[in-house]
Amino acid sequence: MSNLLTVSPSPHVHTDDSARKIMYKVVLALVPAMAWSVFVFGIDALRVTLIAVAACMAFEYLIQRYILKTESTFTDGSAILTGILLAFNVPSSLPWWIILIGALVAIGIGKLSFGGLGNNIFNPALVGRVFMLISFPVQMTVWPTNTQSGIDAVTSATPLAVIKESLKNGKPISEIMPELPTGMDMLLGNIGGSLGEASAILLILGGLYMLLRKVITWHTPVSVLGSMVIFSGILWLINSEGFANPVFHLLTGGAMLGAIYMATDMVTSPMTGKGQIIFGAGIGVITISIRTWGAYPEGISFAILLMNAFVPLINTYVKPKRFGGQK
Amino acid sequence: MLKTFKLGGVHPPENKISANAAIRQLDIPKTVFIPISQHIGAPSVPVVKKGDTVKAGQLIAQSGGFVSANIHSSVSGKVKKVDTIPDSSGYPKMGVVIDVEGNEWEEAIDRSGTLVKEYSFTSEEIVGKILENGIVGLGGATFPTHVKIVPPKGMKAEMLLINGVECEPYLTSDHRVMLEKPDEIIVGTRLLMKAMKVDKAYIGIESNKPDAIKLLKEKVQGYKEIVIVPLKVKYPQGGEKQLIKAVTGKEVPSGGLPIAVGAVVSNVGTAFAVYEAVQKNKPLFERVVTVTGKGVKTPSNFMVRLGTPVSELVEAAGSLPETTGKVISGGPMMGKAIASMDVPVTKGTSGILLMESAESKREKTLPCIRCGRCVSACPMGLEPYLLQTTAEKQMWEETEKNNVMDCIECGSCSYTCPSSRPLLDYIRYGKSSVGQIIRSRKK
Repeated sequence: MSNLLTVSPSPHVHTDDSARKIMYKVVLALVPAMAWSVFVFGIDALRVTLIAVAACMAFEYLIQRYILKTESTFTDGSAILTGILLAFNVPSSLPWWIILIGALVAIGIGKLSFGGLGNNIFNPALVGRVFMLISFPVQMTVWPTNTQSGIDAVTSATPLAVIKESLKNGKPISEIMPELPTGMDMLLGNIGGSLGEASAILLILGGLYMLLRKVITWHTPVSVLGSMVIFSGILWLINSEGFANPVFHLLTGGAMLGAIYMATDMVTSPMTGKGQIIFGAGIGVITISIRTWGAYPEGISFAILLMNAFVPLINTYVKPKRFGGQK
Repeated sequence: MLKTFKLGGVHPPENKISANAAIRQLDIPKTVFIPISQHIGAPSVPVVKKGDTVKAGQLIAQSGGFVSANIHSSVSGKVKKVDTIPDSSGYPKMGVVIDVEGNEWEEAIDRSGTLVKEYSFTSEEIVGKILENGIVGLGGATFPTHVKIVPPKGMKAEMLLINGVECEPYLTSDHRVMLEKPDEIIVGTRLLMKAMKVDKAYIGIESNKPDAIKLLKEKVQGYKEIVIVPLKVKYPQGGEKQLIKAVTGKEVPSGGLPIAVGAVVSNVGTAFAVYEAVQKNKPLFERVVTVTGKGVKTPSNFMVRLGTPVSELVEAAGSLPETTGKVISGGPMMGKAIASMDVPVTKGTSGILLMESAESKREKTLPCIRCGRCVSACPMGLEPYLLQTTAEKQMWEETEKNNVMDCIECGSCSYTCPSSRPLLDYIRYGKSSVGQIIRSRKK
């Protein structure tokens, strides 16, 4: 031994978990759904994912190195994760240059302009996604369907878009439903949509893995999905011909992706379980509201971003239960 | 379902590698250094001077106030000097240095191993003997026992909780005392109950010590008033407030003492020391110390005379490993890293942990990713991430408003932080600053 002993305050042991490990666990949880998206949408899905991940890492490196002049953190797993989530939120046919713009906005504006990992208020991938959606509405809403059917070029509207358009034209739900994919199709991913909307079931499996490895807690996803079911359920009970049923809402669009992977982003969600339940409930209600009355067929990205803005407020007012019952 | 406390908590690897090592008597060293402040409260006042001859068990420093404790010589020999030496805090502390000659004890002490179960003392007599023999809490906080068991005016004790939790990783001294001195612990418990005038006692033990639970359950048969409570393993269950919550379901109010819910908590080691003090007239001058660590040749539990330098214990456990990077007095969660191997064993030394140099250094601090794990881990329901920030920015009002003074410094937040942030370091800073502000306000 050297004669010098380390002296530092307690505790002297530390969990073997780390921020980096958490990021990679989330990535791992997303791998099955990613593989499935390649199976469903073909090699284009892989192209989109690779471009998004590479672009996010590259922009993080370049901006930190040449503009912020700080130590680069592009390998800490968070840029990779942002890239994957960005890819999960776009159609497989999206041109490469739009992906680059999305990645630049996600990393540059969504994350680094706020001070980097941990300081951003809004979910970076969603900032990128919403920017692309508003700027390139056509390219962002062209959905190639299942290439496994043998016909490559067919595109179709998402079930949510179909239902919205038909309701607007005065068709009752009972006539629209037969035109839509079945619940089983939606669960397995035989529908048009973003990469990450392909399979609800694999997203749920990944979510269960994250729960098990304690990357996330149940509060946010259960609250988002629960409030979606309750709110859409009330509307459906009032008028089952004018509103889609709750199961349909759960299985379509980015509900699973949003509830399990986007809303649970640690940086942009509340610190306490109680706060996460409020946060999630807000997302669910706003999502259903946008889907029902808004201009866009899908609203969970907007809902999450809106609720992200409330997180500091929630953290200020929703305190954990103190031991001994003090205020 | 095993009982435990509700809020927070963590479960670090237990690493109780010395659990099967029976307590061995450590050889008396050539010289001992006995600090006059080995307890919470006022330092004691030395009553010996250079050149005096002392016996083991002889009073060498008199209690220096109401919250203070007598200090006795742990050896026989000659007082070499009364001087300062750095203790585990790193600061030089006043103490008595004694050169050892032989092993002579005070005549009044019963040195036989026979168990003395019967007693006919009044409550006051028991408290008197505890005071006289310098008994303090041996769990680590070293609060004088004679003060603890006499409730302040207007408060009434309803139950005694004996703490056999030993939730710190690595440490096994309490575990060994429970296995090897169960009868003495039961007598000590009954003596404490008598002193406190209560008729209910619980002994809380975590379920990772099934042998101790089984043995003590056998030993309390016939004593209906003492109940053994097995507890789910969770750190910091050995904290007074957490133990009371786990066993009784009651929450000590913020800023309050356990007596506020009618409870007094004492360590199993303290119960044993009370037995020795009352039944054997033996002052507290030796205790069980675990010497452990991944690189230690023979992880051990020693019965050690107070004042023995740490180096002697480490030597007896197979010499200091080459790879040692940090030496901790106590456990890895709340223990103190010591700067020198000459630091003496005192009443509060429960273990010496040698950490490998690879595990001694802290990891690099990364940005907070707001995962909320520190909040979920905090057994007091605080928000460590927030307290760290407010303390760092010296926003003392905010820090106080967010209950920084309730922090028990268990370290669960820092332990669990995936970004290795120095949460507890800043919270301690916040606590001491806010504490000062509160004290100056009262003036």
